[in-house]
Amino acid sequence: MTVETVREKIKEVLGQFAADDVADGQEIFTSGLVNSLFAMQLVLFLEQEFQFKVEDDDLDINNFDTLNALVDFVEKKTS
Amino acid sequence: MEIELSSQQLAARDKFREFAQNEIEPFADQHDRDENTPPELIGKMAEAGYLGAVVPREYGGLEMDAITFGLLCEEIGRSSTSILSLLTVQGMVCQAIAQWGSPEQRMHWLPKLATGQTIAAFGLTEPDVGSDAGSVETAAVEADGHYVLNGKKQWISFGQVADLFLIIAQCNGKATAFLVERDSPGFSSNAITGMLGFRAAMLAKLSMDECRIPAANLVGRIGFGFSHVAGVALDHGRYCVGWGCLGLAEACLHASLEYANQRKQFGSLLRGHQLIQQMLAEMIANIKATRLLCYHAGYLKDRGDPALIMETSTAKYFASKTVSQAAGHTLQIHGANGCSSAYPVQRYLRDAKIMEIIEGSTQIQQIIIAKSGLLEFSMEKRRRRKQAAGNA
Repeated sequence: MTVETVREKIKEVLGQFAADDVADGQEIFTSGLVNSLFAMQLVLFLEQEFQFKVEDDDLDINNFDTLNALVDFVEKKTS
Repeated sequence: MEIELSSQQLAARDKFREFAQNEIEPFADQHDRDENTPPELIGKMAEAGYLGAVVPREYGGLEMDAITFGLLCEEIGRSSTSILSLLTVQGMVCQAIAQWGSPEQRMHWLPKLATGQTIAAFGLTEPDVGSDAGSVETAAVEADGHYVLNGKKQWISFGQVADLFLIIAQCNGKATAFLVERDSPGFSSNAITGMLGFRAAMLAKLSMDECRIPAANLVGRIGFGFSHVAGVALDHGRYCVGWGCLGLAEACLHASLEYANQRKQFGSLLRGHQLIQQMLAEMIANIKATRLLCYHAGYLKDRGDPALIMETSTAKYFASKTVSQAAGHTLQIHGANGCSSAYPVQRYLRDAKIMEIIEGSTQIQQIIIAKSGLLEFSMEKRRRRKQAAGNA
């Protein structure tokens, strides 16, 4: 899967569960853009869509807080 | 589309019903009056494996599929929502550890939780913090390879007897989850009595006064206690409560049908009175709708579909409103008899009201569901705009 495909898929889920048109570097969690339910929706989405397990070691806000960070995280976990 | 239980699920449901009818239901009113769940009953739940229903097999649990587990909640909820809450909180802590615990925490705690050797409780709510759960005031400070916790938790189901507590506290100003054992220095619990419902759920207030726990008892990471650790637990809690509401609503309907079939007024059985039929019809239709919502949430859960979070919230919302209305109707149909201790109906009503408060009140669910609907609407509009632009 290309980086752009990963980005598009994550962008879509952000739109579905969190907010419209999130910019690549926009903070999602620390800015309060999303509610706490989204955290679990995101984890489920990442695990289902990209077939990896989000572990306790992965719980670092730098992995989740922006679209860019999420793309990097998926790349790291699937490479 | 097929909506039917497998033969294994049907067999499991019969087994759960038999257990609940023999071990729970005959004593539920007495337990309610005593405000107590005897340890023998907790032992029987453990022996049946139900306390480890959602624990993975590799840790000694039954690892039930979501629908089978839902059926268990339904059957237990039909007999006693207090006992349902034991199943709920045990499962909430199991799920949180299974998903976010360290390998050591999983290896140490899950086998004990699976067998019921360890009883767990979930400590989120505080005397001054209810629906705004992310704002807990209990504080945790790291010191010398330990965490020191100070604060109070309230309305903690099975807090009187639990051995292990999943506590959400602020650490460096961020919501964080910790495992606190009952015998931790500085930890104490006090029974809460005189509640409206869930009277046998062994509710307690927890106090942590310079409560010292090993640093290894941190679950997940600092700052992820509410969103992720409690998030998993609360989703599980909503799922259990939704199915439990279904069971209790069915108990209400069954009691109403039985009473309407034997009670005569104005020279005819209640079942012949149209205003009674109206209440029966509302119960029947809403119970059927609740069942479908619970099935749908369970189906998504088994697939690991992210939509399960909202569908579980919707199921819990609808189920708790349904049971609240069903219990009200049941009491109305029974009249003064329903208000007396000779019938379980007054317990149904008291317990049903609690279902609209726990694991996110009806109003919190409404906010969540409405926001989700608004997002879906925006998404749909954007999709259509894109489609139209593509076609142009």
